[in-house]
Amino acid sequence: MRLVISALSGALFGLGLLVSGMTDPAKVQGFLDLAGAWDPTLIFVLGGAVAPMIVAWRIAARSRRALTGASFPPAPAPRIDARLVAGSVLFGAGWALAGFCPGPALASLGWSGVTGLSFTLAMAGGMIVHARLAARRSLQPA
Amino acid sequence: MFAMIPHDWIAGLLGGLMIGASAALLLLGNGRILGASGILGTLLAGEDPARERLAFVAALIAAPALAALAFGAPAFGQARELPLVVLAGLLVGIGTRMANGCTSGHGVVGMARFAPRSIVATLVYLGAGFVTLFLVRHLLGAI
Repeated sequence: MRLVISALSGALFGLGLLVSGMTDPAKVQGFLDLAGAWDPTLIFVLGGAVAPMIVAWRIAARSRRALTGASFPPAPAPRIDARLVAGSVLFGAGWALAGFCPGPALASLGWSGVTGLSFTLAMAGGMIVHARLAARRSLQPA
Repeated sequence: MFAMIPHDWIAGLLGGLMIGASAALLLLGNGRILGASGILGTLLAGEDPARERLAFVAALIAAPALAALAFGAPAFGQARELPLVVLAGLLVGIGTRMANGCTSGHGVVGMARFAPRSIVATLVYLGAGFVTLFLVRHLLGAI
């Protein structure tokens, strides 16, 4: 059941990205280009996506467990640290350079060709490098 | 510019609702946060439950690919310089894992929870995106 829900959610997420137009890097860069022919579509995508999720969090707050019996993820500590800010700066810069963020990069692999595959492999490589560095850091005495 | 808004506006809102519904399904069904970078990153790091994350990623790639086969390839921006694309991928991979989230995890799921970390992350990556695009497109003339 958990596997089916994961797959259904992934499929719906991918189709939503496709319908929204966010799998087109030129459209994402059009949103980030305030000094050019600004394309506001991403705001509608974000608004449309956040609305049902606000409802979902309300339902989660009132229920003890998810449908499959799992507990809900606890709220993260409201800690704003340098890692969060620096990581978001790097992400925003890469996002603007290619017009891809992780979801749309995966969702468009079926037609994004060498460009999309190169981005996705480099992104996966970056994630693996980060995981290795994080593992090494956690082994060192604080 | 405004001539193109009606269609894009509706498609964006509809697609956004589908994205929100997929995140709601994963939360209320499995008790999991839908974050594309988190799911892919922990899958690549070999963390459990790997099968659930693999099912999510496989469906995320396959469903739009099948839709594109059935209805024709969607719009996709012009060819880009490959070294720039690779640099961008590295930045996105490392940055999203450092920040523990991207446009989906922080931008959609975390913002909908009004989590301060997610609101800060979203403002910062949007700001960095606006500045980077301005520098690289309008000052350097690339992309």
